[in-house]
Amino acid sequence: MKEMLEKIRASALECLQNDDADLEAIRIRFLGKKGELTAVLRGMGALSAEERPIVGQLANEIRADIEKAIAEKSAVAAEKKLQAKLKAEKIDVTMPADSTVGHIHPLTLVQRELEDIFLGMGFSIVEGPEVELDYYNFQALNIPENHPARDTQDTFYITENILLRSQTSPVQARTMEVQKPPIRIISPGRVYRSDAVDATHSPLFHQLEGLVIDKGITMGDLKGVLEIFAKETFGEETRIRFRPHHFPFTEPSAEVDVSCFACGGKGCRICKGEGWIEILGAGMVHPNVLRNCGIDPEVYSGFAFGFGIERIAMLKYHIDDMRLLYENDVRFLNQF
Amino acid sequence: MNLSMKWLEEFVPVQNTDVKDYCNKMTDTGSKVEGYEALGEDIQNVVVGKITAMTRHENSDHLWVCQVNIGDSTVQIVTGAQNVFEGALVPAAVAPADLPGGVKIKAGKLRGVESNGMLCSIGELNLTEHDMPGANNDGILILGDEYADMVGKDIREALMLCDNSVEFEITSNRPDCLSMIGLARESAVTLGLPLALHTPEVKGAGDDIANYISVRNDAPDLCFRYTARVVKNIKIEPSPMWLRRRLRACGVRPINNIVDITNYVMLEYGQPMHAFTHACLDGSQIIVRRATDGETFKSLDDIDHTLDSSMLVIADENKPVALAGVMGGANSEIADDTKTVVFESATFLGTNVRVTAKKLGMRTESSARFEKGLDPENTLPAVQRACELVEMLGAGEVVDGIIDVYPEKKTLTTLPLEADKINAFLGTDLSEEYMIEVLEKLDCKVEGGVITVPSFRDDLTCMQDIAEEIIRIYGYNKIESTYINAAMTRGGRTPRQALEHNITTSLCAMGLNEIQTFSFISPKFYEKINLPEEQRRSVVISNPLGEDTSVMRTTALPSMLEILARNNSFNNVDVKLWELATVYLPHESVDELPDERKCLTVGMYGACDFYTLKGICNKILTLAGVVGVEYTAEENNSAYHPGRCATVTDKKGAKLAVLGQIHPSVAANYGFSAPVYCAEIDMEAVCDAANKKIEYKPLPKFPASTRDFSFVCEDDLQVGTIAKIMEKAGGKLTEAVELFDIYRGPQVGEGKKSVSMRVTLRAADRTLTVEEVEKVSQKILKSLEKDLGITLRS
Repeated sequence: MKEMLEKIRASALECLQNDDADLEAIRIRFLGKKGELTAVLRGMGALSAEERPIVGQLANEIRADIEKAIAEKSAVAAEKKLQAKLKAEKIDVTMPADSTVGHIHPLTLVQRELEDIFLGMGFSIVEGPEVELDYYNFQALNIPENHPARDTQDTFYITENILLRSQTSPVQARTMEVQKPPIRIISPGRVYRSDAVDATHSPLFHQLEGLVIDKGITMGDLKGVLEIFAKETFGEETRIRFRPHHFPFTEPSAEVDVSCFACGGKGCRICKGEGWIEILGAGMVHPNVLRNCGIDPEVYSGFAFGFGIERIAMLKYHIDDMRLLYENDVRFLNQF
Repeated sequence: MNLSMKWLEEFVPVQNTDVKDYCNKMTDTGSKVEGYEALGEDIQNVVVGKITAMTRHENSDHLWVCQVNIGDSTVQIVTGAQNVFEGALVPAAVAPADLPGGVKIKAGKLRGVESNGMLCSIGELNLTEHDMPGANNDGILILGDEYADMVGKDIREALMLCDNSVEFEITSNRPDCLSMIGLARESAVTLGLPLALHTPEVKGAGDDIANYISVRNDAPDLCFRYTARVVKNIKIEPSPMWLRRRLRACGVRPINNIVDITNYVMLEYGQPMHAFTHACLDGSQIIVRRATDGETFKSLDDIDHTLDSSMLVIADENKPVALAGVMGGANSEIADDTKTVVFESATFLGTNVRVTAKKLGMRTESSARFEKGLDPENTLPAVQRACELVEMLGAGEVVDGIIDVYPEKKTLTTLPLEADKINAFLGTDLSEEYMIEVLEKLDCKVEGGVITVPSFRDDLTCMQDIAEEIIRIYGYNKIESTYINAAMTRGGRTPRQALEHNITTSLCAMGLNEIQTFSFISPKFYEKINLPEEQRRSVVISNPLGEDTSVMRTTALPSMLEILARNNSFNNVDVKLWELATVYLPHESVDELPDERKCLTVGMYGACDFYTLKGICNKILTLAGVVGVEYTAEENNSAYHPGRCATVTDKKGAKLAVLGQIHPSVAANYGFSAPVYCAEIDMEAVCDAANKKIEYKPLPKFPASTRDFSFVCEDDLQVGTIAKIMEKAGGKLTEAVELFDIYRGPQVGEGKKSVSMRVTLRAADRTLTVEEVEKVSQKILKSLEKDLGITLRS
């Protein structure tokens, strides 16, 4: 009987050698209810009481061996099958995918960057009407009727008293009228001036102005804030330069240059060899403006600044023609 | 204002100052330099030459071969000019030489005869007949005998062509700097050099001005001071070279001695002068008065004007002879036979001059100065200077006596010197001594802590003005940068701004590009989108650049269509765009500011359809927190396809948006033959409808049951209507009703469609039994049959 068992083991293991072996058929042939091993075990009754446990143990061993061999074989086969399946599922990863994404307009992009810089310094964003009263655009800002400064901003008028704002400063005046200091705001938006369209002019453009009013605000603070703006916008190495200027709504007033971010100040094509690029106007809020808006200039002081978003966008992205910004060709827009 | 550096030397020793350095320093202290031009630099190797011999060219009947003495040698130059003669003094360009306009003169042969240069005309030296009276461009410039001892001298020195002309941008608050003296003062304080001003002296030639004129000022509110002198026995002739060159360097064209003197004084003192012919006066009285309405006046440039009573004129008994501060009259213009002139030096109210000049469209050098407000103290020195020049030039005899009508002498402004306040304001630590030093250099007097502002500085009225004077001289860039040391402020975006920010970012993520378009449009754009007449009333710009930009848009749809069309014309395919545009809705009264509303426009063409657009709208509304919106077919919006347009309303019925395919005839106006889709979303309405509250609801604990219903119905029955009825019939157990298939085809017949809907039912507290689900299903079916007459597809 032992020999028969050993023979079954050998026979089963041999069957399993075959790569194409049908594992289920082998299991049924050897281990099934009607299988060879079962058949041998049925004959156990004829064995002596001494032999029985020995043969039984051997039979169990053989069963375990065959089962193990089948399991191993089955695992290998499964793995092989999986490999074959994966191979069949191979795709071409170099084929294109839909990567359509929209682009924010460069003006909005710059405006957002600027907004974020000032939001980080505790500023809020205030918006105001574009069709504005002459009072807020001029008179409240210390530019009375027939003031020569009105000439420098050719203004579009709707009626005698209503115009398209030529600057976003009226938002400052409106804010000061209703809000007590401390005031720390920026006002981005569209402004209008009667300039014909060309590579560097547009009758409509965007400004972002800032206003800070509180007790003890100094001109040094203005420089501090603008230095942060310049470094954040044009890079950590950027320096700023103030040049005296005149605006009716600030005193002292300054035009502010930043060191050329392209050449670092050595002079290049972008800065026209100057090493500096004019970027904004700024100054300490004129006491008349504060008074016009109901703020006591003996108690409070403040500063204001403003720049053109188009100008910054054009400098930043090396856009050489302002008209591109309003043409909205998607081949242009897709670059931002 | 252009400044001649040579002229400046008369007041400030700038001989050894590098011009570029000068420009930078002046800019740093507030006199902004736009640029400078080195005059004469483009002329090289041109000297005064004397023609010693000339012969006919052997191969030409019009060329001359000249032997030209150029000082240390003689050169042969061939010329085609016919006005040359032996002994003539001429500008000789000796090869190799440079002439204006990049012209290079090289030695060579002219028809076989050697020529080592060129004899020059005035044009070739970039001069005009105004610069060199008597010369003309037809021949070589023949120099007068006064150049006889200059043979061989550089022509630039001989004709005083070398100078630096520095262009300043003078701000409107500093009319005093529209003058050589004003800029000299700024130059001196900037460079730390002494300032030497000159007091004009007039000898006088006897006689008495009272024999000639008297002045009556009928408008002392408009004319603060009227000063005049009379010059007789005038000899009109060209001014001397030095004066002509100085005018030129400042960009003024020389004319004749008297006119040049008035211009010279205006440039030197910043005081516009007027000279008029005494003989043209009717009577001897000059009257400063308002014009009468309808009074006519012909100005120097021969243009007729009709005046009104707001305008100030200088008149004689019968007629205006000048428009005060703007321009003189043709009737009293200085002519070659003028014998006696009146020099007027006056101060007028700036705004009045400005308004007059603007009304008549004749802004002049004079009005540009007066309108900024000039110093009445300046009129007398200016008229004295003019008379001094008359005597210096031998242009005439100055009659004794000065007319000076000055009803109310200007009082000088005084301000306290508040050094501590100034330092606190600027963030500096400057000494009071330093501040006084700066102010005194600027002609302020400081005594006992009180600053007396000079009469020409009307711009200094408060502490902040004084602070600026001090800091601009000290140096803006020496202020130390500090961080604001003040109360904390609550910055950040408002919820509305944050929402716009999120929506726009999301639109880009959805693959749409942002555009920015002009807020003003052409009124024709309304026609192009078929906008009903009654919706076209817009805010109209009274002085537009052109019709294209003449009204403020009441809808941003045409702006979007313009851009779509432009992209289409560029052959850009599958374009999807959006704009957060402001529209301007006028009120009844034009005196009221319009309603400015933000409108989100979305536009697309190419690979998209109505449902692409609807999907985007849904997403935007979801992002905004608007739930439960309803789409209703809109057949009456004339810009859109009547069968493919919807309005979107919120739960309360407020209109949020309109969207759809653009009407083919409108699309055709923009050059489209294929469909174009647009949406206009009212951001104000969306913000009002937005539910900003987020509240968590527990996740369902019990499973849902779904039932699918398929039925055939009329093709024009809206899925939305079916879904609404099913939802209502399903009651509170209905969690969702969704369309999962729609079919049109031969199996269902013409004009019919098969609609398959899936209903999801769920109770929060139990698993629904089959009976419960069946009961709801029956209810739904009954409603469908009752309300719409549709039954399940068998």
